[in-house]
Amino acid sequence: MSVEADRNPESSPQQAARDERVREISPVRKALIRPELGAICGTILVFVFFLAVARDSGMFSADGALNWTVVSAQFAVLAVGACLLMIAGEFDLSVGSMIGFSGIVIAITSVTWGWPVWAGILTAFALALALGWLNGYLVIRTGLPSFIVTLAFLYILRGLTIFASIATTRKTIIGGVREAAEGDWLAPLFGGKILNGLFVTLADWGWIGKLRNGNPVVDGIPMLVVWALVLIVAGHLLLTRTRFGNWIFASGGDAQAARYVGVPVNRVKIAMFMLTAFCATVFATCQVIEFGSAAADRGLLKEFEAIISVVIGGALLTGGYGSVIGAALGALIFGVVQQGLFFAGVESSLFRVFLGVILLMAVILNTYIRRMITGER
Amino acid sequence: MTTPLIELRDIEKHFGSVIALAGVSLSVLPGECHCLLGDNGAGKSTFIKTMSGVHMPTHGEILVEGRKTVFDSPRDAMEAGIATVYQDLAMIPLMSVTRNFWMGREPQKRVGPFKFIDFDKANSVTMEEMAKMGIHLREPAQAVGTLSGGERQTVAISRAVYFGAKVLILDEPTSALGVRQTSNVLATIAKVREKGIGVVFITHNVRHAMAVGDRFTVLNRGKTLGTALRGEITAEELQDMMAGGRELADLAEVLGGTV
Repeated sequence: MSVEADRNPESSPQQAARDERVREISPVRKALIRPELGAICGTILVFVFFLAVARDSGMFSADGALNWTVVSAQFAVLAVGACLLMIAGEFDLSVGSMIGFSGIVIAITSVTWGWPVWAGILTAFALALALGWLNGYLVIRTGLPSFIVTLAFLYILRGLTIFASIATTRKTIIGGVREAAEGDWLAPLFGGKILNGLFVTLADWGWIGKLRNGNPVVDGIPMLVVWALVLIVAGHLLLTRTRFGNWIFASGGDAQAARYVGVPVNRVKIAMFMLTAFCATVFATCQVIEFGSAAADRGLLKEFEAIISVVIGGALLTGGYGSVIGAALGALIFGVVQQGLFFAGVESSLFRVFLGVILLMAVILNTYIRRMITGER
Repeated sequence: MTTPLIELRDIEKHFGSVIALAGVSLSVLPGECHCLLGDNGAGKSTFIKTMSGVHMPTHGEILVEGRKTVFDSPRDAMEAGIATVYQDLAMIPLMSVTRNFWMGREPQKRVGPFKFIDFDKANSVTMEEMAKMGIHLREPAQAVGTLSGGERQTVAISRAVYFGAKVLILDEPTSALGVRQTSNVLATIAKVREKGIGVVFITHNVRHAMAVGDRFTVLNRGKTLGTALRGEITAEELQDMMAGGRELADLAEVLGGTV
């Protein structure tokens, strides 16, 4: 929303006729009422903190940075979907189960049944999109809160995943995907790395370290990071710049008011459930191709991590307000802190304490920001 | 005599065994403000929902500019130029004025293979239309939540007018507003009327109705008690017709004035 504020040629002629009771809003206050504000502050704070305590731990060397970048990217991929869905006024608690499900679908089709990996990946995406549609359709048709409907799917999908895995292979972990993916045309889109040459050059220049075998410590940007960046940029543009984005805000802001002016609210919400499922499958596919295996218990608690990233990013749990950039920063905070505590040698159980505290702070800040926007007391 | 923009003849609406409307007729001429008065439960809401295509009438006919028409959905009514501004469902407070104004009909421009909202156009039109109604926004990106109740009604009204409404149905636009805001909304109604748009103003406040109304129709228990022209009827008479008369008159004596 703030994007429109950046340039508005029309406001100047109005100056004279301004209502004397409307207080001038200072630029500081204006900057304050952006959804991303909390996440921007948080990001700065987190980086300052870790630069102070963990500078010498290797956290900010090339391989250290890649480490938390990848973790953040994992959160970000899920957060983009969860963010747009939350702005449209719904939740999806089945994201974690969807990750396990998609991974197992790829492994069963490609390893157990011997399909080409690309066919397995496309099957996983098709099934996930269908399930996302079903989630949305049930929420719309029954009028039940999405919390309940997707909670049911959290269990249904997890159970089905474990069942399918055991029924076909008598194991809950299916390996051998890496071998199956050799020479596949689609798998590198999820498991490969780009810009290998750049990093070799950087290592030759001595900008980044080399391993003993002469390869640079970082040999490329993983595709997961590329997916995260693409999803963030596309999601941001979709939300703030397009007609469909306006409908997302409207559907979450007040579905009935949106319907009265002809916004296809049901279609918008179902599409967002499908997007969330899509993001979960991107995550699952990257993980399966990278690890070379799928496990039926993958993705546990991921739905909550995604929702926390989104909330830290300034979205309102009640819908109608939020930002993809904010959610991405929320994911960055998440990743940096999780890995940073490890680099700083802090007991990792404290990470959850931190998470709870920051979540609470973010929600309080968001509530305050909303009051400022809407002028409620 | 000019053809009414919309005319409803002998509208009846039954919900199961409940007769919500038992033969109501009403017409709206270009540039007039037709006040529809009635107490709670008189059938005002059912009647305007019939007019705006939400309900199909059980009996009776609707004529738009003299032609018999059947509205299957609110969309049909909107396309025929019948716009309804609901009291509290008009605007989304967290969204900017521009985003609200254009919601559902966003102007687009093509950038390469993509279509984006044309914010330059959207913002300037919004500012212009709001200024015409006497509301000077700080900026079009201002959230609707920062506007007062009366201003929100005005955004909704100017939106309907901009998108070509011929008949504007206002559902109790003043019932939740303060004195100052009410007069702003009444001034807006007067401006809309000047453009030749027919206004249907639903209210149970006789004073508000007398301020802008050209004709008055009173609904009582699903029936119309007739339509009166401005000057033919006094505020007290309207009040009596609405309340079913007697008891309220007795009460007025006790209280020593008009209720």
